[in-house]
Amino acid sequence: MELSIQHWCTDNGARVFFVARRGLPTVDSRIAFNAGSARDNTLPGLARMTSNLLLEGTAEQTAGEISQALEQHGARVEMRCGRDTADVNIRCLSHQTHLGPVFQTIGECIGGAVFPSDSVDRIRQRMIAGLAQESTAPMEKIEKGFTEAIFRDHPYATSPGGESDSLQAIDPQRLRSFHGRYYVGANTTVTLVGDLSRAQAERTAEQLVAGLPVGERASALTPVNPPSGRLVSRLPFEAEQTHVSIGGVSLPYGHEDHPALHLGCHILGGGGLTSILARRMRRERGLSYSSACKLTAGAAGGRFQMKTHVRNEALSEALSVLRASLRELLDQGADTNALELARENLLGSLPLQLASNRDLLERVATIGFHGLPLDDVQRFSEKLQQLDGEEVRAAMRRHLDPDLMATVLVGPELAISRVE
Amino acid sequence: MSTTIAPSTETIESAVLDNGLRVFVKPDRRAPIAVSQIWYRVGSSYEQRGLTGISHLLEHMMFKGTARYPEGAFSEIVSRQGSRENAFTGRDFTAYFEILAADRLPVAFELEADRMANLDIRAEALETEREVVLEERRLRTDDRPEGRFLERYAAVAEAGTAYAHPIIGWADDINAIDEDDLRRWYQQWYAPANANLVVAGAVDPSEVFELAEAHFGILQGPQAAQPCDPRALVPPGERRVVYRDAQSRLTHLRIGYRVPSFATAETEDDAYALMMLATILDGGEGGRLTEALVRGSRQATVINASYNGMTRLDAEFTCHAVCPNTQTETLEQSLRSQIARLAAEPVSENELRRARSQLIADHFFSADDVFNQAMQIGQLEAIGAGWATFSAFEHKLQSITQGRLQAVAERYLKAENSVVGILSPIESDVKAV
Repeated sequence: MELSIQHWCTDNGARVFFVARRGLPTVDSRIAFNAGSARDNTLPGLARMTSNLLLEGTAEQTAGEISQALEQHGARVEMRCGRDTADVNIRCLSHQTHLGPVFQTIGECIGGAVFPSDSVDRIRQRMIAGLAQESTAPMEKIEKGFTEAIFRDHPYATSPGGESDSLQAIDPQRLRSFHGRYYVGANTTVTLVGDLSRAQAERTAEQLVAGLPVGERASALTPVNPPSGRLVSRLPFEAEQTHVSIGGVSLPYGHEDHPALHLGCHILGGGGLTSILARRMRRERGLSYSSACKLTAGAAGGRFQMKTHVRNEALSEALSVLRASLRELLDQGADTNALELARENLLGSLPLQLASNRDLLERVATIGFHGLPLDDVQRFSEKLQQLDGEEVRAAMRRHLDPDLMATVLVGPELAISRVE
Repeated sequence: MSTTIAPSTETIESAVLDNGLRVFVKPDRRAPIAVSQIWYRVGSSYEQRGLTGISHLLEHMMFKGTARYPEGAFSEIVSRQGSRENAFTGRDFTAYFEILAADRLPVAFELEADRMANLDIRAEALETEREVVLEERRLRTDDRPEGRFLERYAAVAEAGTAYAHPIIGWADDINAIDEDDLRRWYQQWYAPANANLVVAGAVDPSEVFELAEAHFGILQGPQAAQPCDPRALVPPGERRVVYRDAQSRLTHLRIGYRVPSFATAETEDDAYALMMLATILDGGEGGRLTEALVRGSRQATVINASYNGMTRLDAEFTCHAVCPNTQTETLEQSLRSQIARLAAEPVSENELRRARSQLIADHFFSADDVFNQAMQIGQLEAIGAGWATFSAFEHKLQSITQGRLQAVAERYLKAENSVVGILSPIESDVKAV
């Protein structure tokens, strides 16, 4: 499971991570700025709006001209801004006639974005429309409700998409100063995967960040804290199903208990139809189309989340199954068969997660941004092989306390008010 | 500036077993994994009212076990291999897949061959699974304004064709289908002669053919049956569906044109031309629609155009917009004039180049995932266009002229082939969102 990641820094301090992968004439790359919504401060949505406006104009080029310049070469560029990072993802053909001009244009944009006021208004309207859309989607509503409930006063609590009021309050000046502070070399990680030589990768990386001043790295975020007790949050929504999330805060990237906790959660609700939750909720009871448990990490902490959706009449039964399944694993641990099944599945599926260039980019970019060891995948795999049932149970007990978890329900008033 | 592309990916090899099962292999050795997909030529467009959703329900039942591998055993074996497995039902196909380390392919073949012939359909398992499918329907359709709208839109846009009903089926049909219906459906369509096996990844074609012979070669079954399609009305005439939804907070406008697919086009050049026309209108922020109606007149908040020609029956060329208010009339007019312009005047050299570059680049980007490579073969076979359709993709795109684009726009993108769909909030006086 060797990834052969090459690593160096550009002249202005951006960290570069590169994996050569031949066979397809394409390059996948990501520029990750430590400028996610955790930096929004008093204006939720500021980080994402900044990111959404990066290709909307420089002193020399309009938004239309920038799109044309990229699309003439078939490049696909996508902005993504979550809690930790604001990413620019670029897919491009690897031939120099395409790669050169595309990366040149991107470099000019991220360094020289001017945030024209008509674009600011337009992107604001689009983001506000996005909020309206989310308010009619139970899955989006529960995602918001759940993060608010578990992260409370931490900067992770607000949604990266912001709120209508705060979006209205953001002006070009705010965007420019956010950009000036965080879009700097020292705060940037570049990841490149694909059909490139080391020399090309070095040139390309320099080209991408050439317009950024050295600047300063953003300060570390305060770690997340668990809530002080159990809580239930009810969000009314007229529908035939109720969506359920139960969980709490969890480990940041790089924590030594991560492999054990990951394995435990995989037993409980990992991929496929074999986990405890999939079996009990779907196969045995026909309660739900999908029931899963997700463990995600972030720079300041992660989250543990059991998720499902059930017809309203079955809500109470579903809550009992989810809670009892977790409780059982904490009290008794997993049986040997379940443990081995989950272990074999995780180990065997590692190559699948690194097969496409895009998946590989995702993994390498995470290693790069969070400063994980370059042989992280190897270490994870070795640790997985060694863990025994008691270690898994102990890690779960250390980090997953049902008394410090939130239950979030999105469904009709009548259904959600009847359960605890 | 020319579009320079490196040499293409490796070629596809195919074979047919004596029992009629066709096998396709696309080697790609960038990573030590393989995708195995088994495609049955049956999907929702093969169904009639009373049995809508049966293909999808049967897909669910395929995970409920055989005598040799009872419920749960299949998934557990696959899971121990570190494999990902799932299935999907479309209008023209039902497909099952495993993604796994390339040397574990025999496990996938063993299990798929077993459930192609020996599925055990039990009443009790059906009752549980029916509930699961109804939950899936609520999740995807019943509890979402866009889901409710799109089901109504398709019923009007595809009226009189086998694409008019939802893939998941109408809820009353899902409730009424019994195990005998399912057994008949299984016996009729799940036969080697009605299936395609597609493998992509780090494999050797001759070894895959041998392995397929060993596992699937012994199976017998009826000759492939043909679906019985209603004859569609040509032209369908101009149609309109306006749906107000209490939960919707945005106004959506959709205009669809009935157009040929890669399977139904008189000449596949028409299908390529439609792909290019959609890319000229959209294809990203630099396309005509965003330039004119989002950045320009601000009549739309978001707008896109698409053409998916991977259908057995005629396809749809679609424009979709989110409106900043509930006044859709002017936006509809503007969209119609953008469409009319495609027929009235030639596209510029720049636009032509951009569309070609994008489609060719997207073709390579999509090949990054071996799953997509297998999907493409499976879909082309399922719709009847044939796996070789895209073998001259780049050359085809280069050969489509401005004149051809104009002619295709004029022939197909006209009012009598169109349907307008509007989804809006109930209060008609809602201004900005």
